[in-house]
Order: sequence, then structure tokens, then C-alpha cells
Amino acid sequence: MSLTLENVTQIVDGQYYINNANLTFESGSFNVLLGRTLSGKTSLMRLMAGLDKPTSGRVLVNGLDVSGVPVRKRNVSMVYQQFINYPSMTVFDNIASPLRLAKESEAVIKQKVIEISDMLQITPFLSRMPLELSGGQQQRTAMARALVKDADIILFDEPLVNLDYKLREELREEMRELFARRNTIAVYATTEANEALALGGTTTILHEGQIVQSGPTAETYHKPCNVIAATLFNEPPINMIPGRITKTEVTFDNTVHFPRTSELQSLQEGDYQFGIRPSHLSLLPKNDDDLEISVQVEVAEISGSETFLHVRNPHFEMVLHLSGVHNYTVDEKIKIYVPTHKLNVFHEDGNLIQACSRRVEDNYHG
Amino acid sequence: MKKTKSNKAWFLVLPVFILVAFSAIVPLMTVVNYSIQDIFGATRYFVGVEWYREILNNSRLQDSLVRQFVFSGSVLLIEVPLGIAVALMMPKAGKWSVVTLLVLALPLLVPLNVVGTIWQIFGRADIGLFGWGLNALGMDYNYAANPMDAWFTVLLMDVWHWTSLIALLCYSGLRAIPDAYYQAASIDRASNWAVFRYIQLPKLKSVLLIGVLLRFMDSFMIYTEPFVLTGGGPGNSTTFLSQALTKMAVGQFDIGPAGAFSIIYFLIILLVSWLFYTAMTHGDSK
Amino acid sequence: MAEIHLKSLAHSYNRHAEKPEYAIREMDHVWHDGGAFALLGPSGCGKSTLLNIISGLLKPSDGEVLFNGVKVNDILPQDRNIAQVFQFPVVYDTMSVFDNLAFPLRNMGAGDAKIQSKVSEIAEILELTEVLKKKAANLTADEKQKVSMGRGLVRDDVSAILFDEPLTVIDPQLKWKLRRKLKQIHQKFKTTMVYVTHDQLEASTFADKIALMYQGQVVQFGTPRELFEQPNHTFVGYFIGSPGMNFLEVKRCEQGVCLGEKIFPLNELEKQALQMIDSNNLKVGIRPEFVHVWDDPDDSAYRAEVEFVEDLGTYKIVSLRLGEHLIKARLQEDQKVPKEHAFISFPEQWLMLYIDEFLVAKDDHNEEN
Repeated sequence: MSLTLENVTQIVDGQYYINNANLTFESGSFNVLLGRTLSGKTSLMRLMAGLDKPTSGRVLVNGLDVSGVPVRKRNVSMVYQQFINYPSMTVFDNIASPLRLAKESEAVIKQKVIEISDMLQITPFLSRMPLELSGGQQQRTAMARALVKDADIILFDEPLVNLDYKLREELREEMRELFARRNTIAVYATTEANEALALGGTTTILHEGQIVQSGPTAETYHKPCNVIAATLFNEPPINMIPGRITKTEVTFDNTVHFPRTSELQSLQEGDYQFGIRPSHLSLLPKNDDDLEISVQVEVAEISGSETFLHVRNPHFEMVLHLSGVHNYTVDEKIKIYVPTHKLNVFHEDGNLIQACSRRVEDNYHG
Repeated sequence: MKKTKSNKAWFLVLPVFILVAFSAIVPLMTVVNYSIQDIFGATRYFVGVEWYREILNNSRLQDSLVRQFVFSGSVLLIEVPLGIAVALMMPKAGKWSVVTLLVLALPLLVPLNVVGTIWQIFGRADIGLFGWGLNALGMDYNYAANPMDAWFTVLLMDVWHWTSLIALLCYSGLRAIPDAYYQAASIDRASNWAVFRYIQLPKLKSVLLIGVLLRFMDSFMIYTEPFVLTGGGPGNSTTFLSQALTKMAVGQFDIGPAGAFSIIYFLIILLVSWLFYTAMTHGDSK
Repeated sequence: MAEIHLKSLAHSYNRHAEKPEYAIREMDHVWHDGGAFALLGPSGCGKSTLLNIISGLLKPSDGEVLFNGVKVNDILPQDRNIAQVFQFPVVYDTMSVFDNLAFPLRNMGAGDAKIQSKVSEIAEILELTEVLKKKAANLTADEKQKVSMGRGLVRDDVSAILFDEPLTVIDPQLKWKLRRKLKQIHQKFKTTMVYVTHDQLEASTFADKIALMYQGQVVQFGTPRELFEQPNHTFVGYFIGSPGMNFLEVKRCEQGVCLGEKIFPLNELEKQALQMIDSNNLKVGIRPEFVHVWDDPDDSAYRAEVEFVEDLGTYKIVSLRLGEHLIKARLQEDQKVPKEHAFISFPEQWLMLYIDEFLVAKDDHNEEN
């Protein structure tokens, strides 16, 4: 099975909710929609589910136009942010409800419900009412209901956002394992870059109703096609520095100069934007092509194992994502090191010209 | 919020349209039809806006229009603040909140003509507790003879009957305010007045809009209760618009002028309701 | 500003029942003046109850809350001089941003000049100057949160600011900005701040000290680093860190503890503890960050099968199977990922011993709690 959106546009009250979306998802795939609040994730899912009709363009299932087919006739499930269950039914009956609608025999229902609840570890609660359960258990019940009917398409609209951090971590892992064995198209909307990375599969980045980039998650992360994708798909957001390439050297904001490295050799002279991931910056020179920049510490956010160091100089602000604990006082003057081969080079209009190169190191603990 | 558009929605609304057409538009058009003709048995002439001119110049009707506005205005001025005050004083939880809710809901359940009858007896100086009581206190109270007393009684009756509605609406509105707002206010050391002015009143706006519109429309069309209580008297002192209309249409069979009257009546309610609505929703989008 | 002392504090909603259940079990903590503290834990652990006790919305059934040594159990929230930022932004919708910020000052009867200067100062810091004239109802969620924070900051007499999961409704990109702002504000004003959250990253980046709560109890109170490096209970190991600590069930053996054939060496203190406590609930824990992964066999390394590799962008998590145990190791972005099998070792320094779920300290200096 496949789900294709072809030039899909949705306009509501003159506003573009979705602007010319083209996407194809294959069955057995896990697809993440990444974007800010109101970027169009929910709108896109509603179009996929058939809850809304596109203003123009077509939604194809297996190559057939299903734009006019009502939701009930499509085999679609949806899981929402809020834990939506039937409050007056037991967990068992909640999970069984789609099967009962499909007029399955009680024996089949029982077997399927047990199977799915085992998988989601809610079997002990089957006879309870949803409101007697914890948030995580309620959301597992909603998920079980979506999963039990072997839907062709399962849509998750930020399902973990109302759950505890640790629980999210666990459910994410479970979901990945759950879908590895299924022949469904799973679509999962989130605002968090880390969640997209943890879920794997493919990632589609949405911004203001437009698809910015779509592809295998790791590839989308490592090769962001433009500034927006790079900013959205990194936590903390990628550092952007305006700069210029001349015949011999590269300048950041007329203040920092360094000779063109081999990676930057092929680029034409002109103005560019350089993106550097917070995790690629360091406090000690590590590579032969490292660029030294003097900055002032603005604030250091220190977790038990990592430090997010916010620094600035008169021209730009940057954040460093460092492993280990590094204590600094405010306004302290320090030097940071930018590995120039790790620079992502963007055109002035924001499009990627060159992604950072990935030199895999042989030593395991450098 | 995002809205969904689908043409199918029209089919779903169609039955309502048909219903509204039969219940409102068709009768309204009949009235329009009456209002521009002179009907006398089987003969009828087209008279244009003649009836409208006559109605607008009729001093008795002008008087009842003024009376009507004063009445509706007084009703709103008394019932809205009183309703809010009652809602603010109601217990927030526990069995007493249930009891107060029940007590408040009671007047709303009494049929209109019964309300009139209750007050008619209640206010009588000879056998009514209220009337007798006032007289016993040395007041010369007689709603059947004194226009001021009649007005007072009609207003009091309406307040008794309908303040509960505002109170209940506001009570539900107040319950919907999250505790965090009150906590924040107490931390900011807001006075009770400031809490009311900046938290409760803004959050009550939407229910108050409904309450004000309902009370305005209802009070502007009041008929049964004063009819039962005072019959519009003494003199014409408590004859409100709907009663004047009924007299004209049913009592005197002046169907043409009555039709014109109805249309004007209808337009006034529409206009004032619209004014209330825009005034109260103004500033939301800024 | 104030020091907050929770003295033999406990809370039960049914104190006088035959078997009272405690939502907060007895604790004794001093939170020093001007510190940044986090109450961290899963939902239902009691962190919100504790916050309400500090703010005065809830009166504790046992023990005392002291602000600068003064008992405040019976003092109302408004008289405790405490500001609070809630999960969902609370602003006065009909007022402008300026009036919102000025509100607490006006309620205290401050003069116009003072209000003007204080509000513009705070607006400047919170980057709200641009929107001062706007109606608060029309702000974005993060701006509203800044306004509710600002209402606490304008007052000079605030003893503490409490935050109740303030970033819940904020987009991740803006979370970063707001978190940083919060940290800067703390450094600038040195107001005592208490931050409630379930997110270990938010807690550990914000706080000087974290109280990690579990089932009504503070299981560990310490710096983020202590919680990360020396979790004193298996729950702390599990809850802090992403992914959490690896735990391996081990058995007593002659040299110390063993996992099958493999022996984990112990130091003297650990050996003593093992002798003193007669329990067979023994575990060793090691953080994924500290697991060493090698390509070639090494004396101290164990051979493990590579089960799964997660590319999380800035780092990778490798799941390795060691006998019946699954061990997670964290690799740097550019580190080579072993195929099929790898050799792993656990540096002694980072290998923790847990008896009955509690940590056995490696040296005597870490007995702060």
C-alpha cells in the first residue's frame, strides 16, 4: 500500500494551511512530521485521514484518488494529544470497540485485544475504567484502540506531549519496535527534533504550511536543505553566522578571517550564511582546521553530564553543546573553536549549498 | 482554531432552514402583508406605509414604548448586577452549593401566569403577605390603585422571577475560571474588587452577553405577568408594548395597524439586541 | 529574598485516619537564600503538593515551613511574598502588558515614577518592551509566560519565585530561549527560585540543586552532577539521564560481585558494605555515557552483540546484548559504530554498586545527604 499527496493545497478563509504538498509514504514505514505549532502538521494529517478535503490537488491510495471517500470507508486510525477514550467503557471494551464495529466474532476480538494489550503492557488493567488509569496508561489504551484494527494508516498527533519525560522515552522506544513488525503507514507529528531522531524512519519538515524537506531521518538531519530545516531539526537550534567568501579567505561578519579550507574550495565568491551545530563547537582545538573565536559567556546551562554554553560577541550569538560539566561566570572572556569542515554553507536566500562533511574518527574515545 | 469546510454541511442545515421558514419567515411575511393593506372582511386595499405613519404618531403607543424601555432598562440594571452578586456569593462546592442551585432554579420553573397570580395575591393589601406586611409597616401600598406601586410590584416580580437566570449563568462562568488565576491574584495582592474587575468580569463576558440579550428580549416582550397582575393598569401605567399590541390586534381587530406595529416592534428588538451585541463584543479583536 | 527551610515536613490528606497515607513523607531540607532549586519527578510523586505547601496554598499536616527562620505554616499565600508562574500562562487579559507588570506594584501603593522605572527595567530584561502597550490577551504563549514571570520580578520584596512546569505550552525552539532567560534572570537577581518539572534536562540546566522525588519522598537532593554521577538510588539512576543508567543484577562471589563468569572488582568500602548487609538484591549500575566500546578484544572487555543503533544526531545510542542483559552505550557523533559485535568495558570509577536499590558509596566524602 502507498499513500501519496499530489500537489495538495488547502486554503481556509484565504489562508494557506497547506501549500502544494507532495509526499509519498509506503506501507511499513514510520514517518515523522516535524514542525512548530501551527506549521500545518495537523492539517496535513486531517487531509491524509480524509477528515478534510484539499482545496486542490489529490490524495492517492495505491494510486487511486480517494479525495471523495469518507473517513469511515477508509481504514484509518488516529491518536491524539489528549487521551481520548470512551469514559463509560472498560479498557477492554475501549480497545475492542473498532473490532465490534467491524462485526468481528467475540473470540477473535478477545484474542486480538489480549495480543495488543500484552504488547502495550496494559493487560492487567483491562477490566478498569480509563479514568482510573494514569496518563501513560490512558494513552496506551488509546494507542491500543488505534492499533488493534490493523488500519492501513495510523496517524499520531503529538501523542506523547502530555506525558512525563521518562514515560515518553519508553513509549517512543516501544512504538519503534511495534511498527517494525507491522505493515502499516504510520505518521507521527511532533514539535521536537529529538523525538524525530529517536523515532527514526523518515522525517518531513513542515514550516508555515509548506514541506521544507522530506527524507530518511538521519539524512534529513545531517543534510538540512535550508536554514529553516537546519534550525528546526536541531536542539538547540543550529547557530547561524553571516559571512563572505573571497578569493583567498572566509570572513565572518568582517571580523573573523580564515583561509579557505579544502571543503570550502569549490564555492564561488560571495555572501553566505554559515550554520554550525552547537555540538560541533568546542573549547579546545581538536582539528587542524579549527577556527578560534573570542567570545563572552552569556550564560552556562549545566546539566549533570552536559553544558549548554551561550556565548556572544558584538556580531553574533552562539550556543555550544558540550559534554561534561563546564563552569563559567557571566561575561567571562573565552575562546571557542569552530571546526570549519563542519560548517554547513547556505546561500543568502537560505538554501543549502554545502553540508558539513562527516569525518568518522577511528578512535572510540577521543 | 482551524475550521473545516465541506459543502455537505448545507444538507445538514437544510431541515433547520425549512423549519425556520415555516415558523418564522412565513408568519413574518404574513404580518408584512397585513401591515401594508387595509383589511375589512373580504375586501382589502393597498395602503402602503399609511399604517406605519399612524402607529408612529400614536401617542398611546409612544407612551408604552417609553414605558417599555424604562422597564427593560430597569430590569437589566437591577437583575444583571444582582445576578452577578448572587453568583459571587454562592458556595463553590459541597452540599450547600447543590441546595442554593436548587433554590435558585425554582422560580425559573414556575409558569408565567402562575407567577402573575402568585404576586397578585402576595401583593394584596388585605390577604397578601407582602401587601399586608407593607401596610402594617405603615406604608400606603396598593398596586391596584397607585401607578408607582404597580410599577414597583411588576419590577419586583420580574426580578424575583428572572435574577436566578443571570445568577446561574454567572455561576457556571465563574466555575470555569481556573484556580491559578485566583492564586496569581492573591500573590499579586489584588484586592477583591481587582479580582472581580480584572479576572472574574472579563471571564464572565461571554455568559453575560447571553444573559443580557436573553433578559432584554424577554423583558421587552413581557406580557403574561403584568397582564395577570395589573391588567395594564391602573390606567395605562403598566401597559407595555406587547399588551398594547394585543389590545389593538385582538381587542379592536385593527389588523393592518397591528401588523405595522409588530414589524416596528420586531425591528426595535433586533436593533437593540444588535447594539448590545456589538457593544459587548467590541474590543475583543484588538 | 529568603532561605526556605522544610523542617520535619510531611503531609497527609487523611492524617487522622487509622493508617494515614502520606503524599509527602517526612523530610528536612534547607534551601539557601538566592539558590535555584528544582523539584523533579514523575507525575504523582508529590512535587506539586510540596510546591503548594511552600506557596501556602496547602497547609502541611506535619512539620514546619520556615522562611528565613520564621514559621509560615499559618501565613496566607498573599502574605508570604511569593510569586508563582503556572503551567498555563496566567495574565490579566483585559490589561495591557504594562498594566499587568505594574499590577502588583499598584496593589502595594507604589508611586507612578517607581512603577514606570521598575516596569521598564523588567520589560527590558524580559524583552517585552516592544509589546508593553499590547493587550495581554493577544500575546503568544511564551510572551504570556514572561509577563507572569515579570509580575513576580517587579517586586523588591519577593522572597521566592515558584515555577510550576512553566514551559509546558512552549514550542521547543522557544523553550531554549526562555530557559536561558530564566537562568540569566536568576543570575542577575539572585532570587530564590523553585522550579517544578518532570523533565530532567529542564531541572538540571536550571537548578543548582535538584530534589528528585519519588512516591512522596526526596530520594536524592544534590547538584545535577551528583545526581548524574552518583545516583544514590536505582530510581535516580533510571530517572536522570537519557537513556537512564544500565543496571545489571549480580551475585555475591568470592572476589566481590559476579555476573555469570564475569567478576566486577569492588573497592574496600564496597566490600565492607557487602559483608555488613545480608541481602541478595545486588545490582551494579553504569551510565551509557561511561560504557567503553572497543573494536578489538581487551583484557577487561566483554564481548557483546550489537542489537540496535539509534542515530540521535549529536550522538548515537548502541544497544548491546551481554548474555541476557541489554546494555546501552552512548557514542559520540563521529565515533565509529561497531558492526555485529563489540567489546565493552566498564571503568571501575563509574561502576556503582547498589544493595537493596541503594548506592554503596565509593568513598567517605560523598555523604552530604
